[in-house]
Amino acid sequence: MKGALSLQVLTGILNSMIALATPFLYAAIGETFAQSAGVVNLGVDGIMLLAGFGAFFVALTTGNLWLGLLAAFLVGVAMGLVMSLISVSLKAEQGVSGIGLYMFGLGMSSLLFKVLVGTVKTIRGFPPVSIPFLSSIPFAGPILFHNSVIVYGAFLLVPLAWVVLEKTSLGLKIKAVGQNPAAADSLGISVVGVRYLAVCLGAGLAGIAGASLSISLLNLFQDNLTSGQGFIAVALVYFGGWSPFGVLAGSLLFSVVNSIQLWMQVLGVDLPASVAVMLPYVLTILALMLSSNRARQPAALNKPFDRSEN
Amino acid sequence: MNSRRIVIAFAMIATLVLGAAAAPFRIAVIMPSATTDMAFSQSMWSALLAVQKEMGGESALQIKYTDNMYNVPDAAAAIRDYASQGFDIVIAHGSQYGSSVQDVAPDFPNTTFAWGTDVNTFGMPNVYAYTAAAEQGGYVNGVLAALLSRSKKIGVTGPIEVGDAKTYIDGFVQGVQSVDKSISISKTWTGSFSDVALMTAAAKTQIANGADILTGSSQSVVGSIGAAKDKGGVLWFGTQADQASLATKLVVASQVYDWTSMLREIIAQHRAGVLGGKVYTLTLDNGGLKVAFNPGYALPASAKQAADAAIKGISNGSIAVQP
Amino acid sequence: MSSSERSAVKAETRGPVFDWAKLVLNGALPLAGVVMALAVAGVFLALLGANPLTAYAALVAGSLGSTFGLTQTLVKATPLLLVGLGICIAFRANVINIGAEGQIILGALAGAAVPLSMPTLPGWFLIPLACAAGFAAGALWGFVPGILKARMRVNEILSTIMMNAIAQQLMNFLLQGPMMDPENVRQGTFLAQSARIPTQAWLPRLVPRTLLHAGLILAVVLAVVVYIFLWRTTVGYEIRAVGLNPQASSYAGIDVPFNVALSLTLAGGFAGLAGVVEVIGVQHRLMEGLTSGYGFTGIVAALLGGLHPLGLIPAAVFFGDLLVGADKMQRAVQVPSSLVTAILGMIVLFVSGAGIWARTWAARRLAVGRRGAEARR
Repeated sequence: MKGALSLQVLTGILNSMIALATPFLYAAIGETFAQSAGVVNLGVDGIMLLAGFGAFFVALTTGNLWLGLLAAFLVGVAMGLVMSLISVSLKAEQGVSGIGLYMFGLGMSSLLFKVLVGTVKTIRGFPPVSIPFLSSIPFAGPILFHNSVIVYGAFLLVPLAWVVLEKTSLGLKIKAVGQNPAAADSLGISVVGVRYLAVCLGAGLAGIAGASLSISLLNLFQDNLTSGQGFIAVALVYFGGWSPFGVLAGSLLFSVVNSIQLWMQVLGVDLPASVAVMLPYVLTILALMLSSNRARQPAALNKPFDRSEN
Repeated sequence: MNSRRIVIAFAMIATLVLGAAAAPFRIAVIMPSATTDMAFSQSMWSALLAVQKEMGGESALQIKYTDNMYNVPDAAAAIRDYASQGFDIVIAHGSQYGSSVQDVAPDFPNTTFAWGTDVNTFGMPNVYAYTAAAEQGGYVNGVLAALLSRSKKIGVTGPIEVGDAKTYIDGFVQGVQSVDKSISISKTWTGSFSDVALMTAAAKTQIANGADILTGSSQSVVGSIGAAKDKGGVLWFGTQADQASLATKLVVASQVYDWTSMLREIIAQHRAGVLGGKVYTLTLDNGGLKVAFNPGYALPASAKQAADAAIKGISNGSIAVQP
Repeated sequence: MSSSERSAVKAETRGPVFDWAKLVLNGALPLAGVVMALAVAGVFLALLGANPLTAYAALVAGSLGSTFGLTQTLVKATPLLLVGLGICIAFRANVINIGAEGQIILGALAGAAVPLSMPTLPGWFLIPLACAAGFAAGALWGFVPGILKARMRVNEILSTIMMNAIAQQLMNFLLQGPMMDPENVRQGTFLAQSARIPTQAWLPRLVPRTLLHAGLILAVVLAVVVYIFLWRTTVGYEIRAVGLNPQASSYAGIDVPFNVALSLTLAGGFAGLAGVVEVIGVQHRLMEGLTSGYGFTGIVAALLGGLHPLGLIPAAVFFGDLLVGADKMQRAVQVPSSLVTAILGMIVLFVSGAGIWARTWAARRLAVGRRGAEARR
């Protein structure tokens, strides 16, 4: 295992970690908003797929990446509206409606890809942008400060989301609606309205997560591009205790273990590949077991709100 | 009297001839992934479309398909359904469909069933089996890779070490080692056929470790090609389908599964009344496997010669590649 | 919990079987949802150049139009029913089990390992043993998230999602190596599948020349057993009580964490049973993709069945019917199967939006809570 701890390997691990963590950050922070307001959206993977295709297709045909990003956000919001309608207004069982949304997104993205594009094509996505001065810092500079704007956005989203949730009145409303909708209702907060907003915002961010794959990190679209990453993102919300910084920790942990296991394979560590691939999942569970922080979930999570029942 | 009989006879023959010419040959195909996967399913799909074009289009060859069929009992229903609709040939393009073919084929003795990749026809007269000796093209790619690598490090980014993903790589390794045993080959397996993000990360890891040549298989390998393109200067060798379109300057060669000659033969045999009973193996020798050199990459003449020699050696049996 | 509260729980949750009006409503609303979804889907079909009427005719005829179609519906209904029963039990304890995909895999692995490792033993020994092993392995895979939730408050959605992936890699590992068919190794094909299960360990076929197997009977019998378990035993009562009102149950001395873990364990067991039944009943060997998404479609079936084990029987048949018909539709009008997936997704969305279960469920919970509160005054 020569060179195992060399600078080259360390750099490689951190680079991969950042690339792998980016879609998780967008999707999981989005889901954090939705769940903080009391709605579980299991359809995140489907949103990532359909919005990711939307971004790719718009970027492919117009040549404009920002238009593609906007398209992804709008597709996400549209799917969020569907989810809100069905889960908030029609009070559906959220786990099930989420699965339906996932199946719809998966099928629709594959269908549109087949009909509108037809074969795998690559595009020139968001290029890496160096931040002056910071990117010249030895070792850390090129890793942290030479990435695409989409990657920067994902990491900047973390403190931004924290501020919104903890320090703004919108955030307080979202959390109130998720903790005690009856009380929030009696205070004049529109429970339905806030939930719609949170779910659509979360879905829009999931859309950007999809775009981060198709027009920034991978620069292509393919059938089932996300391969279940949306579900991991939902799991990371629980890991993170409904806090954006917790989600950051979870995303980084999961991604760094994934990077490490790939390096272990490359360097020829004598471990069966299947076991190596298992490591991020096992370690995530272990980490949560060992962590003493156990945030309570939003009390009204997964419970539709009915004014007449209070 | 005589002239009337002649007219009737003429009319009958005309109807027969026109009817026979008008009735298209019908093939149904079932595949486990999408036709756009740029790998296993797409290879069969493009071969069918090519044969259809050769024969004269939809009026000559009608093709019906079902893709993304990874559920075995559903596949059994699909195979049975297409057979009962009177299709001449039903292709079950996936190794998981074996038991379904075995179940359904006896009920439709006039239908040809072709399935793969496997080598078992169950002793049934209307079943063909087919497979691809992926290790052969792998060997040729390996020879080229060894000659072209400057860093003497080669990376393999694969999905799961099974089936032709495994045999291709095994052949590749043999090819590399036949040229230069000192070259180090690192393998990563992502554990999934569809996880492009993880495959991209695997490729980037290989590149960061110093590999200047990458290869691998499965539909997610488009991620590896993307990573090679990103870095620039990293070359790619592909399999199952011609992947040159994804990175026109970096793809050196791809092993292409060309099912067209097998399809032509099966169609001709069916018309002649032979419905099965043979195992087809795509090899370099019979043209089922082709090494498609990317015209966009300037391959040095010496390397091309070595590759051609390898192809010739495998074809005439002087080089034995173990799957 | 006072005796009046106990009888309130009993009365309120006897289930729709004894309430015919609610039963009809529960059946009619999902159907309305399906029809609405198909109407919207018809637009997509037309856009792709397919005739919606031809398509829907195939959808209906596909499952009902032939003996084979009918048996296919039942073949699909079997794992839906088994997985759904587990989901049902978990839901009754207010736990959502999305780990069924992994539990199915574990059940299939253990269940297949039994006859593969003892190929000379008779069927009457191998089949029950395989089923027991499958149930146990799936139960283990449900127990782990269950105990993690009960003892360490690790959220079960996180742990089950992780364990689904771990199970998938475990299967990859076994099929690449120790469990790969030696024939495939010898022939050099190295396919990711196990050797064929010895024929005496196959579940007997119920209708010749079809895939319908005895697993259906097992599933239906178990549905009745689960009903009896949930409504006629103390343990079942406690599980339901925990789901309806964990605080009140705790005050009444019911061990809430234990029941949560138990419900997940049982849910895993049933999913594991679905896995082994698919292997020894239909596929006859272990191979990739054996779960066929039943871990998720089972959840949908459970909800269509009103989360009641007896309601699950018609729901699983209905949903199986839908799946078989959808495939037939794809073949008939030649639309890509991804459209079929999207249509099924729309159906799930519309049907879940019919929302009656969430409302009655929430109403029951609140009614029990209120009655409890009143009784305590």
